[in-house]
Amino acid sequence: MNSAPPAPPAPPRIGVVVFPGSNCDTDAGNAVEQTLGGEASYLWHADKDLENVDAVIVPGGFSYGDALRAGAIARFAPIMEPVARFTADGGLVLGICNGFQILCEAGLLPGALARNEGLRFVCRQVYLRVENTDTPFTSHYRPGQVLRIPTAHGEGRFTCDDAVYDRLIGENAVVFRYCDADGRSTPEANPNGSRDHIAGIVGGPQRNVLGMMPHPERAACAWLGSEDGVGLFESLGAALLDGKRAAFAAQRAAPAPV
Amino acid sequence: MPIDPKIYREMGLNDAEYRQIVETLGREPTYTELGMYAVMWSEHCGYKYSRPVLRLFAEYKKAQETGALENAGVVPLGDSGWGVVFKMESHNHPSAVEPTQGAATGVGGILRDIFTMGARPVASLNSLRFGPIEGDGPVAARNRYLFEHVVAGVGGYGNCVGVPTVGGEIYFHPCYNGNPLVNALSVGIVKLDNIASAKASGVGNPVLYVGSATGRDGIHGATFASVELTEESEAKRPNVQVGDPFTEKLLIEATLEALATGHIVGIQDMGAAGLTCGTCEMSAKGGLGMDIDVLQVPRRESGMTPYEVMLSESQERMLAVVARGHEEEVAAVFRKWGLQAAIIGEATDTGRVVVREGDTVAADVPAKSLADDCPTYYLNAEEPEYIHRVQSADFSSLPEPDDYNAVLLRLLASPTIASKRWVWEQYDTMVQTQTEILPGAGDAAVLNLREPSTPGASPRRIAMTTDCNSRFCYLDPFVGAQLSVAEAARNLSCVGATPAAVTDCLNFASPEKPEGFWQFRRAVEGMAAACEALGTPVISGNVSFYNETPDGAIYPTPTVGMLGIFEEGVEPVGLGFQNDGDLIYLLRPDGWEHESGIGGSEYLSLIHGREEGTPPRLALDAERRVQSVVRKAVGARLLRSAHDCSEGGATVALAESCLAGNRGAEVRFAVTDFGDQPWSAILFGEAASRVIVSVRPGADQDALLDLAEDAAIEAVFIGQVKASERFDAAGLLDLPLARLRDDYENAIPRAMGEK
Repeated sequence: MNSAPPAPPAPPRIGVVVFPGSNCDTDAGNAVEQTLGGEASYLWHADKDLENVDAVIVPGGFSYGDALRAGAIARFAPIMEPVARFTADGGLVLGICNGFQILCEAGLLPGALARNEGLRFVCRQVYLRVENTDTPFTSHYRPGQVLRIPTAHGEGRFTCDDAVYDRLIGENAVVFRYCDADGRSTPEANPNGSRDHIAGIVGGPQRNVLGMMPHPERAACAWLGSEDGVGLFESLGAALLDGKRAAFAAQRAAPAPV
Repeated sequence: MPIDPKIYREMGLNDAEYRQIVETLGREPTYTELGMYAVMWSEHCGYKYSRPVLRLFAEYKKAQETGALENAGVVPLGDSGWGVVFKMESHNHPSAVEPTQGAATGVGGILRDIFTMGARPVASLNSLRFGPIEGDGPVAARNRYLFEHVVAGVGGYGNCVGVPTVGGEIYFHPCYNGNPLVNALSVGIVKLDNIASAKASGVGNPVLYVGSATGRDGIHGATFASVELTEESEAKRPNVQVGDPFTEKLLIEATLEALATGHIVGIQDMGAAGLTCGTCEMSAKGGLGMDIDVLQVPRRESGMTPYEVMLSESQERMLAVVARGHEEEVAAVFRKWGLQAAIIGEATDTGRVVVREGDTVAADVPAKSLADDCPTYYLNAEEPEYIHRVQSADFSSLPEPDDYNAVLLRLLASPTIASKRWVWEQYDTMVQTQTEILPGAGDAAVLNLREPSTPGASPRRIAMTTDCNSRFCYLDPFVGAQLSVAEAARNLSCVGATPAAVTDCLNFASPEKPEGFWQFRRAVEGMAAACEALGTPVISGNVSFYNETPDGAIYPTPTVGMLGIFEEGVEPVGLGFQNDGDLIYLLRPDGWEHESGIGGSEYLSLIHGREEGTPPRLALDAERRVQSVVRKAVGARLLRSAHDCSEGGATVALAESCLAGNRGAEVRFAVTDFGDQPWSAILFGEAASRVIVSVRPGADQDALLDLAEDAAIEAVFIGQVKASERFDAAGLLDLPLARLRDDYENAIPRAMGEK
């Protein structure tokens, strides 16, 4: 007897990790639901299960109160074990702000986020230049497109040694750079003194991990001041859908069991 | 054994109060009991001097009479079944000696007042006042230090706790030298059915202590807040509590989750007077008693006495009464969030708070006597001698400025008027992704709430502002307080919101001096009358007295925090000019001669060094009509921008609209429209009830003029928005925007030595 045909792909389920002190978790979840029509599934830091989500967001906030330094404790949370495995398997992981800090501390992305050059917390709209559209997170942007997306952090100065820097450049892993409204990277347009104006990088075995300091979930509808973050979530959704379509097609193409 | 009078006097009690305690107890109090009475009967907790005056506020009087005085007031959001909770509180004295922690714990304390009602905090604002930060010398340096660290404290706490700091105000004036004001306001939203009570109920129900462990910090903080600041105040730094926003964030989530179990019958935060206040107030409200054992209270320091445990003001703690049999379920929620949760006693029917340390009774007092029987005093009020002198000042011989451009630039570079970007960029203004109008973009902060979640059926946009021009209040506390209320309501109307309710923070000098008490009483009278006329009842608030140093008292500063609610479908309007060619109108009461002149203005103070005259005239009915026209025009989408005229008058308001919209303007004033006053008064006078709007020519313009005419409001055409990037006014001023921007944006960074 033939089995029933496989169901078509459902909207994506995106896991949002909740650490004690996360405070952009629901913002990220809402942005996902609003832009993708998908479902946000909140993953508790003390659990060890990703509940079969299609992608993972490590959100912004002050996990563990930024004790020691931002992200230093969160990397030891039980949930980070399955996140690391998911990353190694090519699962899509997006770290925003504190999430970027955590991914760096966990060794899932290179480099580190140090105290802002001005030593103060900076919350403002900044401009980002899209350096790389060949990632699952930026395919809906144009190369060189200038985005207006807010930052809000005290420790966002991307820093790394020369070897890492050369590798990032060589692998075309810089995804966003701070710039002005006209797309020029200048010291004035760099809110935190990041090396080479780096605002976001991609890593992981299949360029499947993005870390960025600015908050795309805060630029997801016009009345918030910008819709430029929508493209990022749509890129993510499209990448997931492509993956699902491929799996769906493969499943249909497979010979029916006799 | 009788207690040495020195001891209770040191704690702030007088002889008569001590005798009342002995009479109530029928014996000498224990040391612990004495400490409990001293904090609960301090002005900070007991409002012993202010209560008789606060009864001028209708809602306060009603609540006091019905016993419904809860932690913060609630305003329903239409008929959505949701409500907004908001309250403002001062943390002035702690911030004067330990600015970072003083400000941080001010934010934390007011947030707890909100979520203890079951409301999720959605925004914070704050009203901050410091001495001048410009120039050399130790006083300015100290003011810069206080300013920098208060801002860091507000930001550090609010950013971590995940509640956006969306607005407020900052003033600089020598009257705040050594005595800064830090007034923190917090707003939350709650389903009306889910409002939590601060009443103990159910004899035998366990009393659950949750949050941080108790340490020795902040002992007698409330008493400290009830005396003047002196040289020795610095030695009171140990009286200042230390805030932990991370724990507060956990406490917010855990409290809301625990309340959702339905098993918490009463809950209150432990702020001023800590465990003493929590046990006595909850018991008194519920007509019950409590029996607790301090040995069960989680500690972070060893060897604490019952006195220290009962008086500690350690932060991030709450006290809950839980339905018997469900205490483990509720405690488990707090433990899941990594917080302490300990049963420390139970509710009793004795009406007494009994504090044990194991087998020893450390205190046994009637709860009501601490919570409700604080003696009140009808103090002597006397008009200060300066009032007549300043009000009769004559400015007719003052010279007109040679260079109006220079005057405008000086006003824009005055830190009180200048851009506060340096401050608000240190605050997370956007977390929770509900902030629609950010600081600097409109006359009030606007939130577009996610809840109530029935689009099209319920109002979801709210607006908030804080306002007080303390110079006006100094010149005439009655009119000054009215002007503060009017300005707050005007700011809300400018963004399009209907003013709904007020929370106040009444910052004054010592009430024990007749002049100080007169200022207080007159201001409250003015505020109550204005709130009545504008339909914005005072539903919560706080009094801070003793704001004086050996160098003098602060100006009376009755800060008004006001909440506005948008009608469904109304989109907010900002203050920046939007389109080249739009027409600029000044809306003001019809037939008004505008002879308010320059009395009490920033211009008079800054350029002529005089703080005299009478504040601008205010007719509350006219004010209401101006605001109504603005709101109707916003609702009908006629306005491109709206901005009220406040410090610096119409010219500063116009310059701000240019800068916010990055557009120039060509402005022409007809002297005859302004009662033939001198140009300085026309350009920089601070007459009340005025709003500058821009409108598209044609149908929108006609509709606006019709609205104004119907309400007997004058719409004076004064100019046009230009692409020119120049601000040109009255043929007397002509400056490139870049020049205005440089002074406006960089004044504070420069004063802080950064540019």
